[in-house]
Amino acid sequence: MAEIRLKSLAHSYKSKPTSPNDYAIREMNHVWHQGGAYALLGPSGCGKSTLLNIISGLLSPSNGEVLFDGKKVNDIPPEERNIAQVFQFPVVYDSMTVFDNLAFPLRNMKMSEDKVHSRVIEIAAVLELSDLLKNKAKNLTADEKQKVSMGRGLVRSDVSAILFDEPLTVIDPHLKWKLRRKLKQIHEQFNITMVYVTHDQLEASTFADKIAVMYGGQIVQFGTPRELFEKPNHAFVGYFIGSPGMNLIKAKKCKGGLMFNNTLVQLNPEMQVLLDPITTSNIKIGIRPEFVHVWDDKAEGAFECDVLHTEDLGTYKIITMKLDGEVLKVRIHEDRIVPTKKAYISFPEQWLKVYVDEYLVDIDEPEDEVKETI
Amino acid sequence: MQRKVRDNKAWFLVLPVFILVAFSAIVPIMTVVNYSVQDIFDQNTAYFVGAEWYREMLRNPALLDSLGRQFFFSFSVLAIEVPLGILIALVMPTKGRMAAVSLILVAIPLLIPWNVVGTIWQIFSRADIGLFGYAVNAVGIDYNYTSDPTAAWLTVLLMDVWHWTPLIALLCYSGLRAIPEAFYQAARIDRASKWAIFRHIQLPRLKSVLVIGVLLRFMDSFMIYTEPFVLTGGGPGNSTTFLSQALTQMAIGQFDIGPAAAFSLIYYLIVLLVCYAFFTAINQLDKAK
Ligand SMILES: Nc1ncnc2c1ncn2[C@@H]1O[C@H](COP(=O)(O)OP(=O)(O)O)[C@@H](O)[C@H]1O
Ligand SMILES: [Mg+2]
Repeated sequence: MAEIRLKSLAHSYKSKPTSPNDYAIREMNHVWHQGGAYALLGPSGCGKSTLLNIISGLLSPSNGEVLFDGKKVNDIPPEERNIAQVFQFPVVYDSMTVFDNLAFPLRNMKMSEDKVHSRVIEIAAVLELSDLLKNKAKNLTADEKQKVSMGRGLVRSDVSAILFDEPLTVIDPHLKWKLRRKLKQIHEQFNITMVYVTHDQLEASTFADKIAVMYGGQIVQFGTPRELFEKPNHAFVGYFIGSPGMNLIKAKKCKGGLMFNNTLVQLNPEMQVLLDPITTSNIKIGIRPEFVHVWDDKAEGAFECDVLHTEDLGTYKIITMKLDGEVLKVRIHEDRIVPTKKAYISFPEQWLKVYVDEYLVDIDEPEDEVKETI
Repeated sequence: MQRKVRDNKAWFLVLPVFILVAFSAIVPIMTVVNYSVQDIFDQNTAYFVGAEWYREMLRNPALLDSLGRQFFFSFSVLAIEVPLGILIALVMPTKGRMAAVSLILVAIPLLIPWNVVGTIWQIFSRADIGLFGYAVNAVGIDYNYTSDPTAAWLTVLLMDVWHWTPLIALLCYSGLRAIPEAFYQAARIDRASKWAIFRHIQLPRLKSVLVIGVLLRFMDSFMIYTEPFVLTGGGPGNSTTFLSQALTQMAIGQFDIGPAAAFSLIYYLIVLLVCYAFFTAINQLDKAK
């Protein structure tokens, strides 16, 4: 059992990195607590696999430390780290049976054959592989193979954490859901720290209690699915989480609030004070499609928009609108009246976010939550 | 439902291939078959003799001797070249400039014309002026391939190993490169030993290239001609006279076209049979659950 702490961690695949762009992982501080079910969510190429490989020891980081329960493990090879890792594409030992595949890591630990047997039988039952134990791994289907790969991680009782690197990519959609449930059950049963890498937000939020969103080699937010949705810390989180993602509009500071084109979005005085010292020109207004208020009629202070088109997605509808040259998505419930040519919308203060240099300007807690846990 | 078109126009599409195969393989082989069942005196005098030549050839002690020699040689070649080739492939560098350099070095013997290989080893192994022959004698081993049958046989074997192990090595090298990194990573996570990695990851994935390698090396060594011909001329005595050389001596040297043709076909069938048996055995192994 272990808590995994990353301290000033950075990694570059280049031997002589010169610019920040040369880094696959940019300086990062993070803690995975013992027993948590975590998801690491981010687009392809943002450094998720790199981060996992550093944690498991397959890759040695160029800077910083990896600590297990406070002990530095940078120089400990993966064989001695008590960490299991499951890869995106199934890895099975073709020439062995399913039983021998599952037994392989245990036999390598010199576990007695009795124990090996009972462990393998137990895990095979959990993964519904019992009927296949005598089959050659080579002849399995892709998802059976992936179950075997997972099984080799789960079978080990010595592991303190299991890292999953997009493990369900090759699996059938209906089986995906089932396997994810299974992992969750195993997590609850064995109290192992699990880090689950994915680029699918739905997968992340069904599996994990807490999600780390990664972008450009950094963890830009670590929080519950709800926190990520309601209060994205970074413009990317707003855009990446939710469907459709957050509306982000470039704006300029002006008296009373922020301005884009000829439209003034008023901000409360508190926010205005926070924005006062800011000099950068990278300022964005963010509002989720769900939180845009749509008036039934012309209203005081509402913005007038042109309705471009509407998508009916069953229980809700997505309306694409144009507000002073900027395209916005708005999500409304199915039984609301859909405006036709013109719509009148406003941005409730509670849900209106301001991003400066991509990071949220936070009224409630200006302190960075992530830092405080380090 | 679409109606099936029933005519034989499709045959015209395969006709060119058929003609090509006919001229490249079937016609020459049938010529040999034709010779093998006749006793030919001159252009106008030939007698049909049926299976006579076949019977005679299968009783010919000189040929049976060289057949035995041939099998022993081919199996020695495989027994040495396959493990050695795998070993070389395993230790060859995989990245950087050294990878390219080692690939070129390993490939060099394959680029030398076969008669030149024979010549190289003929000089290289000479006890008086050859670097290798002289060195072996200098450490106190009496070695002279022109007079000692064992030495001659070993020299031919060594030459073949030098010439052809690179083929196995290169095939295996490419096979190894095709193994995804994740397999090695998973093996490390599973704490697999080096041997286990070889046994359970590398070897199974080398199987298909090894099948090709073994077949090529078997066929090729079974038909070896040029190199021993240049190196030892088949001697001393008949100690390094392999099948194809015996056959050539008979067909060209003694002008016994009929028996030579019969023997060619027997030879051909042996190669075919061994390859078929090997291939079937491998496939059977594969299917076993
Ligand atoms: N072995 C490698 N050598 C060089 N660059 C790499 C290597 N592996 C990954 N990268 C680069 O590092 C970045 C992060 O990759 P990766 O961790 O695989 O992303 P993800 O798993 O999130 O898709 C990418 O830009 C990728 O091109
Ligand atoms: Mg990846």
